[in-house]
Amino acid sequence: MERSGQIEHIQSARDMGVIGCRRCTAVWPLGTSQCGRCGKSLHQRDNKSLQRVWAMLAMGLICYVPANLYPMLRTRTLLSVQEDTIVGGAIELAHHGAWGIAFIILLASVAIPLGKFLAIAFLAISVKRPSVVSNSRRQLLYEVVEYIGRWSMIDIFVVAILSSLVQLNTLAAITPGRASLFFALSVIFTMLSAQALDSRMIWDAQTRNKDTTQP
Amino acid sequence: MAISIPTQRSDLIVCPQCDAVYALRRPGHGEKAVCKRCHTVLITPRRKAGMQIIAVSVAIVVLIIAATIFPFLKISAVGAHNSVSILDAALAFSDGPLILLSLTTAALIVFIPLARVLLSLYVLVPLVLDRPPARGAKAAFRLAEALRPWSMAEIFAIGCAVALVKISDLADVQFGPAFWMFGILVVLVVVQDRFYCRWSVWNALDK
Repeated sequence: MERSGQIEHIQSARDMGVIGCRRCTAVWPLGTSQCGRCGKSLHQRDNKSLQRVWAMLAMGLICYVPANLYPMLRTRTLLSVQEDTIVGGAIELAHHGAWGIAFIILLASVAIPLGKFLAIAFLAISVKRPSVVSNSRRQLLYEVVEYIGRWSMIDIFVVAILSSLVQLNTLAAITPGRASLFFALSVIFTMLSAQALDSRMIWDAQTRNKDTTQP
Repeated sequence: MAISIPTQRSDLIVCPQCDAVYALRRPGHGEKAVCKRCHTVLITPRRKAGMQIIAVSVAIVVLIIAATIFPFLKISAVGAHNSVSILDAALAFSDGPLILLSLTTAALIVFIPLARVLLSLYVLVPLVLDRPPARGAKAAFRLAEALRPWSMAEIFAIGCAVALVKISDLADVQFGPAFWMFGILVVLVVVQDRFYCRWSVWNALDK
C-alpha cells in the first residue's frame, strides 16, 4: 500500500551526512566520535564489524565440534553407567519410542545451532555483495538469529537441572559431561557473533544495488 | 588541544537497526514510533511507565532472592529423596574445568537478572520523582542495557519444563515454593521489558 511508496523517500543517516547512535538513537554531525548523550563510540559504519563476526563465528563452530563428540550427560544407575552425546541421547530416546522428544532435542541442539551458523555466515556475506534476498527479509533473519541465540542455552540449563536433581545416592546419579562446557561456549560465541554484525550494512546494499541498476 | 563540542541534531532520530533518518516527533499516549522500513520500535511512551517499572522491579528483586533460597524441585524414587534450590542447579557443574560453567550459569540465571533490575531502579527512581539523575546514572543504564541479552531467567524456566518431561517417568518430581516464585518472576521480567521505553530514559537522563 502506502508503505512501499514511503520506503523510497527514506534516507539513511549516511546519505544525510549525520551519524546515529546505535544505543540511544541520538543524531550527531559527521565526524563526532562519541555520543554526547549515552557515551557510545560512534561509527558511520563499523568497518571491523565483519572481522569480529567471522572470528566469533569460527570460535563458535570450533567449540561446536567437541560439544558433539564428548558426552553431554553421564547417567549412573544401579546396574550400569551410560554416557550420552547429544545425538546419541536423541537416538537412544528414539529407540525407546519417544520420537517426539528425540525430534525436539535434534531440532534444538543440532538443527538450530547449525542453522544459526549458516544464517550468520549468509548475512555476513550478503552485506558485501548484492543479494537476491530482500533487505527486510534479511533484517528479519538477523532479528530471528539474535532472538533465538539466547534460547540455545536451554540445553545447558536442562543438564544443570538434571544433574543437580538426580542425585539419589546409590540408586541413580546424573553428572554433566565435558560437552556441556563446549556447547555453552559455542552458544556464547555465536551470540557474540550475531551481536557484532552491524545490521545497518544490510540496508546499505539496497542503495548500492540501486546505483548499479540505474544507468 | 581544544575540542569543539558537536551539537546534537535533536530534530532527528535514526533507527539503530537500519540507519533510516526520521524527523523526531514524540508519539502521543498509546502511540508508538516505529521504523517504517525495518519495523524496529523507536519510541513507546507510556503514561506512568516509570512508576509501573519501579513497582515490578521491586517485586522482581524480592522474588529473585526468595526463589534462590527456597527449595526449587524435589525428587523421590523408591525411597530416595533429593531437593535442590536454583543455586544448587546452577552449581551442578562443579568438577574440574566445569566450575567455569557453574559460575556462568549462576550469573545468567540469578546474578545478571538481579543486577539489571537493581541498576534500572537506581536509574529510574530519581527520574520518576522528578529529581536530577543519580550519580553515574548513564553508566548504570549503559551497563543494564549491555546485560540485557545475557539475562536468561525465562530460558531457565523453560529448561525446567524440559528437564521435568525427561525425568517424570523415572521418578516422582514435586515443585517447591521457589518453582512458583520463579514462574511469576519470568512473567514479571517480560512485563518489565515491555514497559521500557529506552529512548525516553536516555532523553530524561540527558537533561
